[in-house]
Amino acid sequence: MNPRIERLREASLAAEPSLSAERAVFMTRFHESHLGKYSPPIMRALAFEQLCREKTIWIGPDDLIVGERGPAPKATPTFPELTCHSLDDLRILHERPKTRYDVSPEVVGAYRDEVIPYWRDRSLRDRIFAMLPAAWHAAYGAGIFTEFLEQRAPGHTVADGKIYAKGMIDFKEDIARARNRLDLLGDPTAPNRLEELRAMEIAADAAIVFAERHAALARAMADQTVDPARRAELVRIAEVCSWVPAHAPRDFHEALQTYWFCHLAVITELNGWDAYSPGHLDQHLETFYRAGMADGTLTRETARELLECLFVKFNNQPAPAKVGVTNAESGTYQDFANINLGGVHRDGSDGVSDVSYLLLEVIEEMQLIQPSTNVQISRKTPEGFLAAACRVIRRGLGFPSVFSTDTVIAEMLRQGKSIEDAREAGTSGCVEAGAFGKEAYILTGYFNLPKILELTLHDGVDPRTGTRIGPATGDPRSFTSWGDLERAWLTQLRHFIDLKIAGNQRIERLYADEMPAPFLSLITDDCIARGVDYNAGGARYNTSYIQGVGIGTLTDSLAAIRRHVFERGALSMDSLLAALDSDFAGVGAVHRLLRDRSPRWGTDDDEADDLMRFAFDAFFDAVDGRPNGRGGRYAIDMLPTTSHIYFGSLTGATPDGRAAGAPLSEGISPSQGMDTRGPTAVLLSAARMDHVRTGGTLLNMKLSPGLVEDELGIEKLGQLIRTYFRLGGHHIQFNVVRGDTLREAQAHPEAHRDLIVRVAGYSDYFCDLSRSLQDEIIARTEHGSMAMPPPNHPFG
Amino acid sequence: MHEPPPAGLVFDIQRYSIHDGPGIRTTVFLKGCSLRCTWCHNPEGLSPRPEIRVIEARCDRCGACAPVCPLGLTVGEGAWQLPDGERCLRCGRCADACPTGARTLVGRSVAVDELTATIARDRPFYDESGGGVTFSGGEPLTQAAFLRASLLAAREAAIHTAVDTSGFAARRTVLALAPVTDLFLYDLKTLNPARHRQLTGVPLEPIVANLRALDRAGADVWIRAPLVAGLNDGDADIAALGRLVAGLRHTRRVHLLPYHGLGADKYERLGRAPQRPDLVAPSAEAMARSAARLSGFGLDVHIGG
Repeated sequence: MNPRIERLREASLAAEPSLSAERAVFMTRFHESHLGKYSPPIMRALAFEQLCREKTIWIGPDDLIVGERGPAPKATPTFPELTCHSLDDLRILHERPKTRYDVSPEVVGAYRDEVIPYWRDRSLRDRIFAMLPAAWHAAYGAGIFTEFLEQRAPGHTVADGKIYAKGMIDFKEDIARARNRLDLLGDPTAPNRLEELRAMEIAADAAIVFAERHAALARAMADQTVDPARRAELVRIAEVCSWVPAHAPRDFHEALQTYWFCHLAVITELNGWDAYSPGHLDQHLETFYRAGMADGTLTRETARELLECLFVKFNNQPAPAKVGVTNAESGTYQDFANINLGGVHRDGSDGVSDVSYLLLEVIEEMQLIQPSTNVQISRKTPEGFLAAACRVIRRGLGFPSVFSTDTVIAEMLRQGKSIEDAREAGTSGCVEAGAFGKEAYILTGYFNLPKILELTLHDGVDPRTGTRIGPATGDPRSFTSWGDLERAWLTQLRHFIDLKIAGNQRIERLYADEMPAPFLSLITDDCIARGVDYNAGGARYNTSYIQGVGIGTLTDSLAAIRRHVFERGALSMDSLLAALDSDFAGVGAVHRLLRDRSPRWGTDDDEADDLMRFAFDAFFDAVDGRPNGRGGRYAIDMLPTTSHIYFGSLTGATPDGRAAGAPLSEGISPSQGMDTRGPTAVLLSAARMDHVRTGGTLLNMKLSPGLVEDELGIEKLGQLIRTYFRLGGHHIQFNVVRGDTLREAQAHPEAHRDLIVRVAGYSDYFCDLSRSLQDEIIARTEHGSMAMPPPNHPFG
Repeated sequence: MHEPPPAGLVFDIQRYSIHDGPGIRTTVFLKGCSLRCTWCHNPEGLSPRPEIRVIEARCDRCGACAPVCPLGLTVGEGAWQLPDGERCLRCGRCADACPTGARTLVGRSVAVDELTATIARDRPFYDESGGGVTFSGGEPLTQAAFLRASLLAAREAAIHTAVDTSGFAARRTVLALAPVTDLFLYDLKTLNPARHRQLTGVPLEPIVANLRALDRAGADVWIRAPLVAGLNDGDADIAALGRLVAGLRHTRRVHLLPYHGLGADKYERLGRAPQRPDLVAPSAEAMARSAARLSGFGLDVHIGG
């Protein structure tokens, strides 16, 4: 890392996240002045364009890649048209100990005087909550599901290569062609399409204006800069910004700046989930890199410096300030922008290039929580690249995470995508697969699978509140066979999935009608060709996901009930329910029976694994293939972010011996501390899930550092990964850090501020995590081939 | 003639073993050993009979073990105590009754079929990595019939086999394994005969003779030399090792294993006298020096498993 990057990185780490009211005040005034004059797409596009003309822009003293979402690094704008923070919210954001945002009195004043009076009850969040029925609210409040779109827009998408081949001017030509094809005389939808296309055209101009303002600022700064080296850099920045994104980039530097302007445009237009992602950045940069190296305008070191400048930009953008349940399910500054390395090209050839290796070096040097990074490993990926990735994993940062390209392709093909689009797919956010540049793959909310069992065991009544929220499926004491319990669970499951999807349909409609995203549409195929907005189904593929949480806890609970109540009769249903309702108080023997003498998911136990398949199939059948509101279909994902903690806090004791309020199992990982047969057993169990029928699964594994301390360990880690992928696994990520280190950091956070760990599909600073999440990460079993149980090898 | 499939006494099965031969392996630990090495970290492998192991920290003094003992050997108060080693029937009922896992029965009778089925579960990992099963111990050759049957069964299942042995056994026992074993991990502790007897309790001569016999028979052998600072890592020790291995026909690979102190608690848990407290690992520099010296004999030297 050179001195410039050291300074940039330090400044980024030191900057305190804060709220900026600039965008909120702008949007308020714009709406006050213009509401009613235009259709929603034109209104959104004009607001975006005006914002690009007016917002404060920033070029830092060391920047080579320029542009910030807010007026300064980590100054985070708000989106009152979606979520209008209350004064209470602002106070909580300012005061809460974790994921805090500094909120100045000026921001509070602006909210009090202008933003709240206008947006209260007009924001989409307020309207969604007012619109949805009492049964939805009861289930939402009980912790059965969360709602992704209640305060952040859909997004969940990733750039493909088109922004490196076309400039905004080219996109405008595409728009003109699409407009010429419209049949206003014969097609009743043509007027709407015309409006959408006009909105995209305005958005394209907005991006050009935004870049030109940076060019002008850079020129002005150059004029006042004495240092000739910096002056030359500023002149170069001005050249770059006056060329892209209006035109296609001509070199490596312009390519990176192109991406960054597109990224900023997407995350300024709306507060969509997972920000925006570069996708296969190594593949997109490969030709620019080769050309620059060939003509002498680029060296490996200048390329590295530019990439590192881009990394700092990602780290400068904390997630939009989340509140309520959304903060509980996703309590992190991490905004999930994700870079894919490796994979395959559209023609199926291997995607690894020198840029892939360079990016691995950048990841290892930068040690930032943003951007997230992953490697896509296909059958064609060279062993050397996997080994290089494993050496970065060994550093214990939790990234890059590791994905199977072949499984991702199979997932995409199952959903009906073309083979080329499937190869070009990858993963974003935590582990979600999608066709880059061509798909709106929208996550709609987490779904608490163990809570469904809790309701089944209480005849549809939530024992935490005593309120009936589900259908009456019978007193379980009256069940005479395992089949009775299965049927009751399935009835509860389908009821709540139906409730969730019915709510989703209404929310999706609201976004489609009132919250178009013209800039995102511009760069997502086939929104221009169809003249339809991204949020209304304009993308080539439109998928909606529900993410299952707690499959490990559910499987272990089902296994315990079946074995002890129905098969062996060691425990009556009545005693089981009494034990659960008392949180195992005074029934230590029952608790130990359930916890220690039951089949466990993650131990390569056929009985447990069969029950996992039953639960997985039921969840899949309830969700997959159902139509969504955008002309696409529903599918499932198996990932939690931090919702397993939130859901756990609302779920009573479970039959696997888990205490009331404790976290659920996360992702498809085994219950915390219960994977006692080592990593191969975990992977065999995990691979018995049919990953191809999901859009992503998340598996966490904690490895003792001793397992990867030498090249032999690196080689075997690679083989472990290869085997899991050969068995059909989708994703695996590793925490290589000793439990002792984590406990020490918990006790003395001040000395371990920089300790990065893998959480659930992303990495975060350990000391920024809530205490319960810290405890949960410590509890995940650390796999060492010689560490536990006590070592049997005298030497090694 | 139909003999019942032999059963063996196994005290642990460890999956994802990455230091016991090539690839990702499952290591099966057979109980019973004729050697008494000063540094032994597997004291539970020494006795050829099952044993009760007690981890005091896990015992919550509930007393559940007391009523189930047929001889009344476990006591109510201070129930974490070990049973009297002489009189204990090793029936394991106290371990079954123990709710916290403080008491466990070390050594379980396992049939060849059951063992092979367990080993075969990790086949995808063996296939990917060139791994397989390693029989270790204890000294696996003390259960020669079971070992041979297990090796045959693994071979029939197309699983690569390795035997981690001290080499202290009858010549014909060792040679009988050669046709059914893909790789021997052969321990050499010291080549000084007097010191060998002093440190391990058994003579050196049969071990060296068996190694030469295996080598002549064409077996694949990796030498494993555990090194403890000051005990067996002197220049003369290393030179002797180099000369011996260099003189073999085709054995060239040597693994130098630095002592580690991770097994000290085990002695107390089994009611055994504690290990010598003065054992220390050679420094990294000393290990590197030994490796360099051995390489000078034209050997393929590795540090660690």
